[in-house]
Amino acid sequence: MKHARVLVDGVVRQVTEGDAALSGEIAWLPPVEPGTIFALGLNYADHARELSFKAPVTPLVFLKGPNTLCGHMGYTRRPADATYMHYECELAVVMGKTARQVKQADAYGCVAGYTIANDYAIRDYLENYYRPNFRVKSRDSTTPLGPWLVDSADIPDPMNLRLRTLVNGRLTQEGCTRDMIFTIPALIEYLSGFMTLSPGDLILTGTPEGLADVKAGDVVVTEIDGLGSLQNTIV
Amino acid sequence: MATVYAAALNFKGTLDRLGGALYRDPYKSPPRAPVLAIKPANCRIASGTPIICPAGVDRLRMGGTLAVVIGDSGRIGGFAIANDVSIPHDSYYRPAIEQRCRDGFCPIGPVVETRNLPDPDRAGIRILVNGRLACTDNTANLVRSIPRLLADIAEFMTLSPGDILLVGEPDSAPLAGPGDRVRVEIDGLGAIENSIV
Repeated sequence: MKHARVLVDGVVRQVTEGDAALSGEIAWLPPVEPGTIFALGLNYADHARELSFKAPVTPLVFLKGPNTLCGHMGYTRRPADATYMHYECELAVVMGKTARQVKQADAYGCVAGYTIANDYAIRDYLENYYRPNFRVKSRDSTTPLGPWLVDSADIPDPMNLRLRTLVNGRLTQEGCTRDMIFTIPALIEYLSGFMTLSPGDLILTGTPEGLADVKAGDVVVTEIDGLGSLQNTIV
Repeated sequence: MATVYAAALNFKGTLDRLGGALYRDPYKSPPRAPVLAIKPANCRIASGTPIICPAGVDRLRMGGTLAVVIGDSGRIGGFAIANDVSIPHDSYYRPAIEQRCRDGFCPIGPVVETRNLPDPDRAGIRILVNGRLACTDNTANLVRSIPRLLADIAEFMTLSPGDILLVGEPDSAPLAGPGDRVRVEIDGLGAIENSIV
């Protein structure tokens, strides 16, 4: 089942795919109210190469604030002085259970479902302190999320999903979740090995190669097989 | 859900100590924007709750500090005492999630109204281990004062009502281990105290 959160006449409503409310005037919200938001850097070998980095030996994890999220059909601001702002299409894992020292074999049992994240970065602001730093990655509304939270039962093999990004209808990024360096079970084992994960926590699992600069007015669509299509407009 | 942010490298002593290293690899230049981390929800505990020292770790850094609580319209809504606990680490290059985000690594006291802290830019911070004074510092020694820190963060992200900003860990934040009792005092705010197990 596909679940969404939408605003109807100023009221937050939980809906599922096909709900009549979706044909009216709505604003899409992120499909989950987030707990801790984890994101992965350099988790696809091709992307690490693209950025001239060796693949990491432990996951490169960073955290983002809830201020970064926005819904499907939302808008993301490109700062006036930015010269390089790129999208990142990512499979987002939504935790469904408390997880503490979970082994890989049991990891999927803690997952509620999956959604799409577009983890924009503004590379002009990169600094080498707790990199990628907050000025690059934790800006307001720079992480569209959605449209749907898709139940894990409906995604039998999350490690074999095609991802793609289209900018103004043109394909610019393409990859497959099977090329992750640290798989979903490996990430859950790693994180839950030193801290407790809770329902609603999000893990944004990294992006494959194919980054490109996006400008104000561009319509950016990130898609993942079985999860749908997440649209965002740069302003 | 409110978020706890922690400023790093925000006491002058730390930048002085790192000195020339800030110009070398991997940093290449001193920080321009505020250096931030998040202390996620699993870190938060109350005064009096034990801090668990992870297996294989002898000592933890006790980053006792002032917590600014955000009120309406980005204004300061109150203050609290916090302890930004971490496993000691020297590198600031990558986000130190394993070192900083363990369960119970952010004891934080009750929120106190702003009038109890008449001059937040001159607040003495004392960290005591087993009753012995192990560190004293003052918010007058911040690289970015509280108003400056809030303004520089607001340039790139919004702090919401209820969000908490730890202003930085004092450079001489002491180490403590299992069996130790750690007390953080701030002028006008009282104290929080946690034992390490």
